Amino acid sequence: MGLKSWIEAPAARVAGSNRSVANLVRGAVTRLTTPLLPDDYLHLVNPLWSARELRGRIVEVRPETVDSATLVIRPGWGFDFGYQPGQYVGIGLHVDGRWHWRSYSLTSAPNIDNKLISITVKAMPEGFLSSHLVNGVPAGTIVRLAAPTGNFALPEPPPAKMLFLTAGSGITPVMSMLRTMDRRGDLPDVVHVHSAPTQNDVMFGDELARLQAEHSSLRCHIRHTRTGGKFALASLDEVCPDWRERQTWACGPLGMLDEIEEMWDREGITDRLHLERFAVSRADLSGAGGTVTFAKSGKVIEVDGATTLLEAGEKAGALMPFGCRMGICQTCVVPLASGHAVDLRSGKEHAEGERIQTCISAAAGDCTLEA
Amino acid sequence: MAITNITEFAHLTDSDIEALGRELDAIRRDVEESRGLRDARYIRRTIRLQRSLELAGRLVLFGSRRRPAWIAGTVLLSFAKCIENMELGHNVMHGQWDWMNDPEIHSTTWEWDQTGPSEHWKRAHNYSHHTYTNIVGMDDDVGFGILRMTRDEKWRPINLLQPIANVILAAAFEWGIALHDLEAQLRLEGDDRQRWNSKPKKEFAVKIARQVGKDFVLFPLLTGPAWKHTLAANATANLARNLWTYAVIFCGHFPDGAEKFTVDQFENETRAQWYLRQMLGSANIDAGPVMAFMTGNLCYQIEHHLFPDLPSNRYAEIAVRVRSLCEKYDLPYTTGPLSRQYLLALRTVHKLALPDKLLLRTADDAPETSSERKFAGTGAKIAEALRIDTDTGRRRGLLSALRDHKAARSRRLMRQS
Ligand code: FES
Repeated sequence: MGLKSWIEAPAARVAGSNRSVANLVRGAVTRLTTPLLPDDYLHLVNPLWSARELRGRIVEVRPETVDSATLVIRPGWGFDFGYQPGQYVGIGLHVDGRWHWRSYSLTSAPNIDNKLISITVKAMPEGFLSSHLVNGVPAGTIVRLAAPTGNFALPEPPPAKMLFLTAGSGITPVMSMLRTMDRRGDLPDVVHVHSAPTQNDVMFGDELARLQAEHSSLRCHIRHTRTGGKFALASLDEVCPDWRERQTWACGPLGMLDEIEEMWDREGITDRLHLERFAVSRADLSGAGGTVTFAKSGKVIEVDGATTLLEAGEKAGALMPFGCRMGICQTCVVPLASGHAVDLRSGKEHAEGERIQTCISAAAGDCTLEA
Repeated sequence: MAITNITEFAHLTDSDIEALGRELDAIRRDVEESRGLRDARYIRRTIRLQRSLELAGRLVLFGSRRRPAWIAGTVLLSFAKCIENMELGHNVMHGQWDWMNDPEIHSTTWEWDQTGPSEHWKRAHNYSHHTYTNIVGMDDDVGFGILRMTRDEKWRPINLLQPIANVILAAAFEWGIALHDLEAQLRLEGDDRQRWNSKPKKEFAVKIARQVGKDFVLFPLLTGPAWKHTLAANATANLARNLWTYAVIFCGHFPDGAEKFTVDQFENETRAQWYLRQMLGSANIDAGPVMAFMTGNLCYQIEHHLFPDLPSNRYAEIAVRVRSLCEKYDLPYTTGPLSRQYLLALRTVHKLALPDKLLLRTADDAPETSSERKFAGTGAKIAEALRIDTDTGRRRGLLSALRDHKAARSRRLMRQS
């Protein structure tokens, strides 16, 4: 190991470790602050001065419709602005002493100049966090961020002919794609079919109108389902006769996506279809358990709601850390990558992004563990 | 021999113990449900305070050639290190703050300012010590493999050196802990002792290099001409932290009244009996809020052993409830001022340096170790002991039995003399 990499080593795994000078300094100072990182001291002064983990500050909360709002966030050190339009970002919000994690599509166009990103959130009837985001977060709030990811993204360069099929808040990832192409001044042949209950529920309605006026290559079909009924896929031939030739991106309620998938399958053109499932998965607290996937080992097992995840992992042959097996030692803690688990002692529900004690937790529906 | 049958020792029936277990579960639930913003604020403020103290200490030590600066810097750094060790490191790694779902204040990511790697410590402490609390032969924290702290352990000539070993352990406590944890880790991984480059050993070496490098090389170098003074200040702060943590740990585990148990007891134990073992096996220190904070709230060792993963700032209120449960079930609640608890522990260290021949009491009836058999002569059997006192209307259990036993014993001694 050379001197430089030796100095950098302790900071090698932190976010934003791509800038080598900053990293050299951070690495050197880490020798003095060990076992902490210099960031642990710096963020006492300014919460954004930490690359140990991505953070951001909400700079503006802009209402879009009655039940949705756009949050404009200024990310702190280490955020990679080179994300792809259509990708989503994990966001952690501190409410009543706990951090809650959710993922939302980025609606901003990847743009390094003004160093801002935005997400647009629709308040879900039972979604405690989404309601909080739409109605309760003040500008200035610090949030944690997870790096943008997702395959539902605009390729580079974009295909010549595209079709967007969206409904409700499913428009958000597509919005980022449209904005990106608009900003580049190069918007290919795009047909966008979007459904929302009424005129007032259409997110970005004005902007869609403006884009359409400015780009003759963009055609928007907005469907108001309360008056006009659901958009029938069968009528796609009228709206967009050449849909079979287009690369299609679809995002919306699960039922709609299933229908679309079936239809593309029938036509044998699934390779031209890109789906984003915003499964608002809810914990299954019926005690029926679910399918547990162990991400690292790739093992999968079906369990009931009384089997602990530790037992499940051992049965499936995944490598599970454990100690006391009675919930006191924390040896068995692993992150819940997706789905829900329930604490068998208290009945408390754990959601994606939390780290759970596998020896006293059971699956509440399908879930994936990082083990 | 240490306690083989906790039900009999505690003068409780099985259903009493189950009922006690349910009451303790209720306490856990209440605290879990009420965790919130106030608690999160507490830990974040503590972190902020600790880091500010450390930073201030390091800065002041740049002037460590001047005596007042040396003293101030050393004191600041010592406080920072004590808080870091107890209220932060120990408690965070117990998972007390995992409920906040904050990746930076989490048992899986925290690394502490000590020579032993967190990972090793968590194994030895959270798992071995907290699961097998005070079971002779299973909990290595009983004497840390160096001191003989119970008559259940056979006396060996080396124990004669125990008073000296104790002083060394106190001064180098972090090293004692680190080696003890490494040993546990090696045993766990079935490590070949001859191999010098196994994973645990490498982790240990890296951690030592970082810790020693920081306190004894880099910071002194940085202060230039004051390097000798800074070095001395850092060493002093580490020493102060070692002595303090040693004292708190010893006061929580080794005063008279902190009972030891046998493997027999452990093997057939129910969850409720596990609780009872934690209650009878630990001891508290009487402390005000400031002192409680400096011990990382481990002055509430009993509460900590009952609920190792509940937030430390709640132990004070939990203690009120646990104490009243002890009263209700007539169980002892072992507590006392720091000085007394420490002197009791110290007495055991020195007494047990001697072979059993020279000691008066037996392993069944000694101040530091007793068993259900101690009541054979003087105490009542469970069935009798469960009677309700006709005068006070109160249950007569272990506490009363201990009192009776003591009185009977002194009567006997008087008669003999
Ligand atoms: S194994 Fe000890 S808490 Fe899960």
